[in-house]
Amino acid sequence: MTVVRNVRNWFYERLEWDDLIAPLRKKTVPLHRLSYWYFLGGITLFLFVIQVLTGILLLLYYRPGANEAFESVQYIMTQVQFGWLIRSIHSWSANLMVFTAFAHMFSVLFLKAYRKPRELTWISGVILLVLVMGFGFSGYLLPWNTLAFFATKVGTDIAGQVPFVGHAIMVFLRGGEEVTGATLTRFFGFHVAVLPGLVTVLITFHLLLVQRQGMSVPPHVEKDWNANPTTRRELKFFPNFALRELMAWYTGLGVLGALAAVFPWNLGVKADLFASAPAGIKPEWYFLFMFQTLKMIPSKVWFMDGEVLGILAFGVAGVLWLLLPFLECDRLARSKQWITGMSVFALAYVVAMSVYGYVAK
Amino acid sequence: MATSDPSAINPGAPTATSIPRRGFVELLLSSGIIATAAAFVYPVLRYFVPPKTTDVGGDSVVAGKVGELKPNSGKIFRFGSRPGLLILTADGEYRALSAVCTHLSCTVQFRPDLREVWCACHNGVYGLDGRNILGPPPRPLESFDVQVRGNEIYVTRRRES
Repeated sequence: MTVVRNVRNWFYERLEWDDLIAPLRKKTVPLHRLSYWYFLGGITLFLFVIQVLTGILLLLYYRPGANEAFESVQYIMTQVQFGWLIRSIHSWSANLMVFTAFAHMFSVLFLKAYRKPRELTWISGVILLVLVMGFGFSGYLLPWNTLAFFATKVGTDIAGQVPFVGHAIMVFLRGGEEVTGATLTRFFGFHVAVLPGLVTVLITFHLLLVQRQGMSVPPHVEKDWNANPTTRRELKFFPNFALRELMAWYTGLGVLGALAAVFPWNLGVKADLFASAPAGIKPEWYFLFMFQTLKMIPSKVWFMDGEVLGILAFGVAGVLWLLLPFLECDRLARSKQWITGMSVFALAYVVAMSVYGYVAK
Repeated sequence: MATSDPSAINPGAPTATSIPRRGFVELLLSSGIIATAAAFVYPVLRYFVPPKTTDVGGDSVVAGKVGELKPNSGKIFRFGSRPGLLILTADGEYRALSAVCTHLSCTVQFRPDLREVWCACHNGVYGLDGRNILGPPPRPLESFDVQVRGNEIYVTRRRES
């Protein structure tokens, strides 16, 4: 132990980090019965770090390219020692990260943490969620298997339906008119360079805002506290909250390890560009609610194509979602009820459509 | 607030039993953390080690076709994961050698003007039987058996006897 202390002292004499930690020591986290929801953002961050680390490991063996991608993933899973585990962790962690990011967003929504002055935190968070789904979409293609090939075909085709700019977006995403090896190269670039860069910048911004403004207290808790100030309780961020968060991460790691080891992610069949799509093909679960909606809209609604209408509706919903903090107005008590109602509806819609999409033939 | 009565209930105060208990909890925690770290570090370290590649194609390959080479010329062919050198001597005899220089693993070539095998990297020279004649190469090039079957020239690795 004295060795550790000596090393620590050696560094301390040179770095003197007290003033760096001081704000963390002063920082507190509101403590109430809903405090557990505060962990979700941290867990999402933790899973993102896992993604970066396992992603770097996969890069040691993965080869982008229509003739090599599938074989290289197969090689990772069958020849490289513990390769199956690293890939399985990467896939499981990706799915859990999408789930915790969604859960984090809805918890922020229901705890009303998006209100002034946290509008920018909300906006950066919604953009981060979209980028995370972009990670999922681009990463899904990389093993170059049949399911991924058709998911990419359908997904990029949907982007192509957007009026006026759709075709250009589709060609940009595909690297041509069709999904080919060029698409794989592109998606690889998005997945390992473009998206990580953007996400890192945005996460830094998001976290800086959280550090700067502190954790939000839900309005009804705030009201109780104001009415009865002795009930106000706070937890020191460091070490108390940080240690609890660490415990949550540790549990997350355990769950992830168990899932990855007990249910290894399979690889499927190599993509054949000239084969028919297999029956019952579906996108990843987090795209299911959109997929199912588009499937249910009739092909012609009034004068518009059903697909185009669906995409426009999702586009409008997305923009409203992004601007949600500005839709709530203190002078209009009604606006708060509207937003709560809309949030409940959105959650119910996403869950119901996802389940429906999952069970529907 | 210290009391003189040692039996007073005060969980924060150090008593004779609380020290080993704390030590035990610390041991449990730290060994748990170390075990977790090991469970993650070990697979990652093993993952770094690339699997041994097996030479696809085995011990015999088709190095070329009859009539492809003019007398006193040579060509590089693929032998498993490494290059080989097929030579048709001025006397009309086929020879096959490993094309990997025994000095620093450059790929050698046949020099018609020298009628010998030459490595461009450090000017090493080998005879047509693979013997190292000049320059830095420390060992001869591995030589292979050549068989002409029909129109194809087969090169086979010599079995070590």
